[in-house]
Formats: sequence, C-alpha cells, structure tokens
Amino acid sequence: MSPFLRSYLTVVWFGLTAFLLGGLLLWLASLLRPVKPTPEKVLAYESGVDPVGEGWSQSQIRYYVFALLFVVFDVEAVFLFPWATQLERYGSFGLIEMGVFVAILLLGLVYAWRKGVLRWV
Amino acid sequence: MLGLIAGIPYWAQSLLRVLGGIVAVLLPAGTIVYVFLFKMMSFMQSRLGPMEAGPFGSLQLFAEVGKWLQKEDLYPERADKFIFKMAPLIVLSSTFLLVAVVPFGPDAWFTNFEAGVFYALAVSSVSVLGILIAGWASANKYSLLGGLRGAGQLIAYELPMVLAVIGVVIQADTMNLQQIVVAQNAGSIFGWDGLGNPYILTQFIGFIIFMIAVQAELTQTPFDMPIAESELVSGYMTEYSGFRFLIFFISEFATAGVFALIASILFLGGWGVPFSWFGWTSIDSIDNWMNVVGPLIMFTKMMLLVFVIMWVRFSYPRFREDQLQRFAWKVLIPLSLVNIMATSVLKVAF
Repeated sequence: MSPFLRSYLTVVWFGLTAFLLGGLLLWLASLLRPVKPTPEKVLAYESGVDPVGEGWSQSQIRYYVFALLFVVFDVEAVFLFPWATQLERYGSFGLIEMGVFVAILLLGLVYAWRKGVLRWV
Repeated sequence: MLGLIAGIPYWAQSLLRVLGGIVAVLLPAGTIVYVFLFKMMSFMQSRLGPMEAGPFGSLQLFAEVGKWLQKEDLYPERADKFIFKMAPLIVLSSTFLLVAVVPFGPDAWFTNFEAGVFYALAVSSVSVLGILIAGWASANKYSLLGGLRGAGQLIAYELPMVLAVIGVVIQADTMNLQQIVVAQNAGSIFGWDGLGNPYILTQFIGFIIFMIAVQAELTQTPFDMPIAESELVSGYMTEYSGFRFLIFFISEFATAGVFALIASILFLGGWGVPFSWFGWTSIDSIDNWMNVVGPLIMFTKMMLLVFVIMWVRFSYPRFREDQLQRFAWKVLIPLSLVNIMATSVLKVAF
C-alpha cells in the first residue's frame, strides 16, 4: 500500500479509536450503574410538565436558504484553496481571474441580502 | 512519527499513533476542564472552586468521572434508540479525526497530508452530524430546537473559518500543516528573522475571524444558543444522562483543545521556534530534540488560546439567534472575502 493511502488508513484507525474508547467507557459504566427505568423517568423532559403532543413537533424551517448559500460558498472555498497555493506562479493573471470569481459570488450574497433572506425572523 | 518509529511493523506503528492520539485528545481536555472551567471560572466569580479532592481540588476530575460512571443511563421511551446512543460517539469521533492531522514536531506527526488544512476543515464539521442526530433522536421539543439551532449556527460559522484560513494558505503557498509551520519559522519580517514570521502579524484579521468562528463552532458563550440553558434546558443534550452526557462534555473541551492546536499551527508558528536561532534552514536540518520540545511548545500555545476562548466565554452574554446569524453572514463572511483579496493583492505586488 502506498504511503499516501497508508496515512488515510491512519485516519480510519483514529475514527475507530473514538468508537472503541467510547464503547469501552460505556461498557465499564454499564457494570457500575443501576438500571431501574420507571414510566416517569423515561418520559420526555419538558420542565416537569407532562409532554404535550409529539416530540417531533413541526418547527419552522428557515434553514434551507442558509443551507443553499452555504453550499455556494463552500464550493467557492474548494476552488479557492488550490488557487491560493499556486498564486505565486499565476501572478496578476490569477489575481484578476479570482477577483472576478469572488466578485460574482459576492454579488450573490448581496442579492440574498437585498432580498431579505439573511434576516432571521 | 514516521521518522522515529520507521523500524517497527505497521500494526505497532498504528498502535503507537492511536495511543498518542488518545493522549493528545484526553490530556488537553482534562487540563482545560480543571484549569479553566473549574478554577479560572471560579476565580473570575470570586469563589474558590473545587477544593476537597486532592490538593487544590486537582483530583476533582477523577471524582467526577467516578460519579458519572455510576449514573443511570436513561433514554426517553419515544426516542430513536440506536442513533440516540450513537450520537455522542459520532461527536467524539470528530475530535479524534481532527487531532489526526495535527503535527507536534518535525517527526512527531500522525498523518502528513498534502492537503492537511482541507482535511482539518472537512472533518471538523462531522460534529454537526452528531449534534443534529442527538437533537432529532431524542424525540423532545427542546432537543429538536437545540439540534436545529446547532446545525444552523455551525454551517453559518463554518464559512468564515474556511475563508479565514485561505489567507494563511496564500501566504504559505501550501496546504500542508507541517510546511505552514516551517514557512512561518523560516520566514522573516522585512529581512529580520529573529521571530520568524508568525502569521498572526500579517493575517491578524484572519486570526480574529478564525477565533470567533472557533468560539461559535464550539458553541461556547456568547454563541451558545443551541444549548441555551435558560430557554432550552440543555438543547440537544437535554435527554442525555450518565456517561453518554459526559462523552458530549469531554468532546466539547477536547475539541476546544484541538481547535486551539490548529489555530496555533496556522497563526502562531505551531511547534517550531524561529529557525534562525539555531541556524536551521529546512525541516531536515532540525535537531532531534525538537520532537520532545515541540509538543511542549504546542501545549503552551494551546493553553494560551484556550485561555482566550474561555475568557470570552465567561465574560460576555449570549447572542440572540438572529444577531448570531446576521453577524456571520453580514459581517464575518464579507470581511473574510475582503481579507482574501487584500492578501492576494499584497502577495502578488511584493
């Protein structure tokens, strides 16, 4: 296996370690802790009052516009990073090129701003 | 770490790396909780904090873990039990994935990715999944609201963080964290190399934006709307009890430590000392003792940055949800875009 893939394998080990360590501690706790669930204990907590209706209540989704904007700017970042490492070589051509790109995206943000979707009411 | 342990088999190397990773996650987390959360907060509020367990309460942490181990592990009847149980582990795994990329010395690293910055920014958002899952699976209105708020906040502050780092990448010409450290310590300020060139000087705006975004990503006050205890009880953690709650708690402070480590690599010169002090020129000419001193330097810088994070946490009142979103989208993101363009213009001009 190439060193490149090896270092990604290390990432897999680190991810597994988190689950193993957490699992180990939870297993240790399961040996020590009491298990006596009563109907009152397993009721959803709503400040001591009996819960009304479903826990999965309807809530207003204001997030989808923010999520869309997030995707736009995150994709922008994907393009910006490789450009940033090579800026020395591109010189002023790369600068103007990326200036145009950022300006177009900024225009998108200004449009969203003017449309009022950045307001969290 | 490859240079130090090249002679032993792969499984033993991996085991050593993983053990190093556990130390790098748990040691800062414990130190942060004791020094800042227990002691500093108490002193700022004119009280002593824990004093009973051990000298000056220094063994309080072990007492706490012993207590949490014995607590009953409750989950609500209506909850989606499997993913409810998984959520704290996903948040913890985000911390471990993040620490995998942090270099602690010239040879003391776990992984050495060419696109290390990219990787760090990508895996840091895994914790959003854990928070959203925790909020959803609890089948509790407080938890659901907390989880949604958490997700909204974390994606809003992800962007300023990513964009603030681009300024550093422009200056260093690389995304490799190890080479960013070298570039800072081998650099010079107008020909004077006594301090190297830590990017906090040239990228000060980027540093401020990055630290604000870190504060928000960690959901520390003033950005703790997702767990706002006076209105949402404890947000997405409301239904968690016993050791599962403690895992959320540990990973919150462990992530604070790892983010501080990454900030110190990007802006404060990481594990290095200015190369001109010892006549080093490149990463290969660094003496071996830096592998021991490097982690200590990193730890010192981490404590310094976490001190700032905690200082802000204990000093400011909470942002309202709409103020919080407005601040990210209307102040930080335009500012960081301007910062990128200004940095690149100066880079090309000089």
